[in-house]
Amino acid sequence: MEKELRLMKGNEAVAEAAIRAGVDGYFGYPITPQSEIIEYLMDANPAETTGMVVLQAESEIAAINMVYGGAACGKKVMTTSSSPGISLKQEGISYIAGAELPCLIVNVVRGGPGLGTIQPAQSDYFQATKGGGHGDYHLIVLAPASVQEMADFVELSFDLAFKYRNPVMMLSDGAIGQMMEKVYLSPHKERAKTVPEWATTGKPTTRQRNIITSLDLDPNRQELFNRKLLAKYDEIREKEVRFEEFQCEDAEYLLVAYGTSARVCQKSVQLAREQGIKAGLLRPITLFPFPTKRINELAGKVKGMLSVEMSAGQMVEDVLLSVSGKVPVYHFGRMGGIVTTPEEVVESLKSKFIGG
Amino acid sequence: MTEEIIIAGFGGQGVLSMGKIMAYSGVIQDMEVSWMPSYGPEMRGGTANVIVIISSDRISSPIIKRFDTAIILNQQSLDKFESSIKSGGVLIYDGNGITRHPERKDINIYRVDAAEEASRMNSPKIFNTIVLGGFLKVKPIIKLENVIKGLKKSLPERYHNLIPMNEKALKRGEEIIKEVQKAG
Amino acid sequence: MVQFTGIKEIIKPENLVYKKTNIMTKNILSYCPGCGHGTAHRILAEIIDEEGLQSEAIGVSPVGCSVFMYYYLDIDWQEAAHGRAPAVATAIKRLLPEKFVFTYQGDGDLAAIGTAETIHACNRGENILIIFINNGIYGMTGGQMAPTTLPGMKSSTSPYGRDVKTMGNPIKMADIIASLPGSYYVTRQSVHTPANVKKTKKAIRKAVQYQKLNKGTCLVEILSNCPSGWKMTPVQSNKWMEENMFPYYPLGDLKTPKE
Repeated sequence: MEKELRLMKGNEAVAEAAIRAGVDGYFGYPITPQSEIIEYLMDANPAETTGMVVLQAESEIAAINMVYGGAACGKKVMTTSSSPGISLKQEGISYIAGAELPCLIVNVVRGGPGLGTIQPAQSDYFQATKGGGHGDYHLIVLAPASVQEMADFVELSFDLAFKYRNPVMMLSDGAIGQMMEKVYLSPHKERAKTVPEWATTGKPTTRQRNIITSLDLDPNRQELFNRKLLAKYDEIREKEVRFEEFQCEDAEYLLVAYGTSARVCQKSVQLAREQGIKAGLLRPITLFPFPTKRINELAGKVKGMLSVEMSAGQMVEDVLLSVSGKVPVYHFGRMGGIVTTPEEVVESLKSKFIGG
Repeated sequence: MTEEIIIAGFGGQGVLSMGKIMAYSGVIQDMEVSWMPSYGPEMRGGTANVIVIISSDRISSPIIKRFDTAIILNQQSLDKFESSIKSGGVLIYDGNGITRHPERKDINIYRVDAAEEASRMNSPKIFNTIVLGGFLKVKPIIKLENVIKGLKKSLPERYHNLIPMNEKALKRGEEIIKEVQKAG
Repeated sequence: MVQFTGIKEIIKPENLVYKKTNIMTKNILSYCPGCGHGTAHRILAEIIDEEGLQSEAIGVSPVGCSVFMYYYLDIDWQEAAHGRAPAVATAIKRLLPEKFVFTYQGDGDLAAIGTAETIHACNRGENILIIFINNGIYGMTGGQMAPTTLPGMKSSTSPYGRDVKTMGNPIKMADIIASLPGSYYVTRQSVHTPANVKKTKKAIRKAVQYQKLNKGTCLVEILSNCPSGWKMTPVQSNKWMEENMFPYYPLGDLKTPKE
């Protein structure tokens, strides 16, 4: 079947893609700048068509625990929120990671800390990629940079989540959530009729009972479990790194940016090249796993790297680790809900590496 | 072809929806488009603006600071965005409520008194479509038939009875827009 | 009168008067001697067995003494974060509406940290059964004050007795839930005597029937003793419960179906 062309906001694209991907349940609580997701779902009323459950919870905490309950039944379930709400969900996310449950969490990031602002930011990178809640765990983190990817990554997220029994986060931001672009939507997929064998669906006589828990009071068994998680994360690091390169072939200076900042930096690369500066862009699509190997390779070819983020400098730490001291690495970014302009990036590139 | 536009005015003037019509029309004309609103409390009064990019190529940054065209609908927005227009670019403004008129000499300036015209036509809601008509006269980047189709797409079906009125408004905008200054 | 000659005689099937229900596993209960949890578990297990619900039941265990409830009943289980069981159960029931879904929560879980989840699940009228064990104290963590601790009652965080002026009043969750339109059947029972065990079993069986009929949320509160937390013998604790808990939390139905 052909893909359907629509003009949509990033938030709306997530909602529509969820219905089309055969998601079983959405549980959320409104917060700017992503409330269009639950509004769209309530208006579309997929209960009548696909049978998808859409529920407005009493809090982000309740919503993420509903995701826990639904995911433990082997269902495709998701929640969405924005930074302060994602902080509230961290307890539940930790339990989901500890119980090895697949699910999708979308963070349409706004500026912080605290209530911060409702404008776009990328200041939740640490929280998303380094765990976020308590305990040793990782989410798989995808960073969409267009409305198209907001739609496409819904299905990709569930594929990865079920493949690895691991929660997946789409780390977006207010700009992509609120922006309208063309989007080609995949045809409707039916909801899954079967569930994985570990799911709690009522114990038939043919199997042992299934227990979904993240608790083990025996330190030896708990450590074994931690090792199992580590092995899983290593496998994810090995197999699931995704990134995009833009004019890197002859680049002397490499910009590293994801999401909205990567869109800005594409323009910066053009502007820099117009001024005779050979810039290139590496856009991580997966933030965990991070494209460490590729950045290390490129560090052998360029004179320096600039990590461009709408934050005080978070991803830059992963770039530094990847580069291992081969070339200088700097950070440039605006904060507080201000989106970096392409010109500012070029100015920063010049002042840090070229002088003037 | 790439046209980078900012539309700015009061919330409630139809700034965002004018941008939406442009974006839908661009899609119908098989162009790449992006529509990036300022969002938040501005939506309920105060100032609102939206950046619309229409291009024959893939759009890189949807957020930019320099524009080919600025469509300005109140004084605050004129003060804020006059300096953001590229040299040789276009400023279209409605003179209603403007006390300090544009001062730059290196841009093309057009005036479309749409507020006045809309009240003359007894239909304040078509204000933004009159402005859009004026824009299309100056920058005929989208065919009128595609704009009508764009209108249909961006309006909920229950408002489709308003389309003939809007078509009239688009044409009226084309008629009343006048050149104030050619870039020097 | 039958004269038993030895253990082999006693365990002959025809001499059995009481045995483990099928749904209880072989795991040894972790509860203190005399605690009401074991009895409450057994009642639930008997009902699941008698109603043929083993393949239908999905339980949600809490954080508290009954955190390991999933060791003891041979059904599918989910272990929830502290207080979140009603939210977890909400999603299970919405996604698997044909299944029998219940939570089993203590007073800290249901009436303190999980108050919002409890009230909103009940207010939405989720078709779940909530079993609420109220013993007026935090047993698992070593006897701290609970939201249901009685005025003047001593605990490790109210060592001079609960002073309601600074520590607040004991909360009557069942009464609050009974006032919500979404709840269908709300009752308060105990398991400290055979007669009360029978009543509790009857109450839970009713709740199971109501869930089959999609009637809304059912809450069965079970007042229970906590000999360790209260620092009493089991016998003393049951007497103390009758004399002190029952006046504040009277037994009986708080909300019954109209028909």
